[in-house]
Amino acid sequence: MTFVLPRYADDTAGQPSLDHPDYRSTALRHPTQPLVVLPQRLTEVTGPLLGEERVGELDHDLTRQHAGDPLGQRIVVHGRVLDGDGRPVPATLVEIWQANAAGRYRHVVDETRAPIDPNFTGAGRVMTDAEGNYRFVTVKPGAYPWKNHPNAWRPAHIHLSLFGRAFTQRLVTQMYFPDDPLFGQDPIFNAVRDPAARQRMISRYDHDRTEPGWALAYAFDIVLRGRDATPLDDDDD
Amino acid sequence: MTDRLGTTPSQTVGPFLSIGLTWADGPYVVPEETGGAVRIGGRVLDGAGAPVPDALVETWQADPDGRFDHPDDPRGALRPAIAGFRGFGRSATDELGRWWVLTVKPGALPGPDGAGEAPHLDVSVLARGLMHRVVTRIYFPDETAANAADPVLCAVPEDRRHTLVASEADDGLRFDIRLQGDHETVFFTV
Repeated sequence: MTFVLPRYADDTAGQPSLDHPDYRSTALRHPTQPLVVLPQRLTEVTGPLLGEERVGELDHDLTRQHAGDPLGQRIVVHGRVLDGDGRPVPATLVEIWQANAAGRYRHVVDETRAPIDPNFTGAGRVMTDAEGNYRFVTVKPGAYPWKNHPNAWRPAHIHLSLFGRAFTQRLVTQMYFPDDPLFGQDPIFNAVRDPAARQRMISRYDHDRTEPGWALAYAFDIVLRGRDATPLDDDDD
Repeated sequence: MTDRLGTTPSQTVGPFLSIGLTWADGPYVVPEETGGAVRIGGRVLDGAGAPVPDALVETWQADPDGRFDHPDDPRGALRPAIAGFRGFGRSATDELGRWWVLTVKPGALPGPDGAGEAPHLDVSVLARGLMHRVVTRIYFPDETAANAADPVLCAVPEDRRHTLVASEADDGLRFDIRLQGDHETVFFTV
């Protein structure tokens, strides 16, 4: 039996290195043996197509998950999920998590001195629509200190997790905010060596989608790995 | 030809991934009462042999017939015969670095080149200190002949293949993931 499978393009040039000494936690956790090439076969070109049943009614609005309003600047985060060929990725799960407006995660391991907000959990999930659009309502997360290096602070960010349509497209990233003065000293942001690739992690202030009297908007498109051209595609050119 | 867009770079999940990425039913690739279900689990360890208590292990696999309920399976998407089979498992590690999923053994797979694959799970490991996921595979210890012919296993240096084969344990199958150091697990670029 022979058949042709889609093939996802190599994107390693724009990706961070696992061995990144400036980020101390990589020291004992990055593999030191060479990675082995895994050909893209059936298990790699397929993936979990998780449906709406995973998403609750208020999962898209992190400001409405408790009795009261969370403190902080209310924001809308929206954008499209695309693949490397510019095609929208419809009906895919987007999961987010973040610190509250004071820069504190609701997690036992977070030992920063900033306060917990009883009205903010910091977790959300949505499905993209037929055109790949997604939208969350949340509060702008605060920057927070950590112990990586002297006077280390993480730039404000929102964690995003995406499945796409194939195991090969799985992506977990962080969305940053424009013009953050903390970028220069952040080893996680700068683990992406290519300056153009780093820009793809920074959202854009979106005045058109800013809602009068209510919430600032930030636009953030997410690009998953695209497919290599197939012989069939070439015939179309 | 469409202009290529650059992929959004990966970033670490950080230490607080459990806020956003844990599901109550995450480890259940199949429902608990499924006949023939097997528990696969183990520990995630760092280069000093210490447990990694803030990792997430995800698994993806075919159903017992070797099929995927997915449009890019060239044999056609097929609903699995097992009720509630999801194909996907997700487990955060605990304070001892332990993870587990409950699943059924997938079937063998045909290959695009005619060379079939032994039953296996694809695995992603995400953690603080990993700037992007690392990918590995779990093979089954009772598939000696199929494993010996598997084209992916055969491309791995022989002295490291054992890191990809689960071992029999009292409660199912054991698969430890060693991110670094002695007996480092084989990781793939995909």
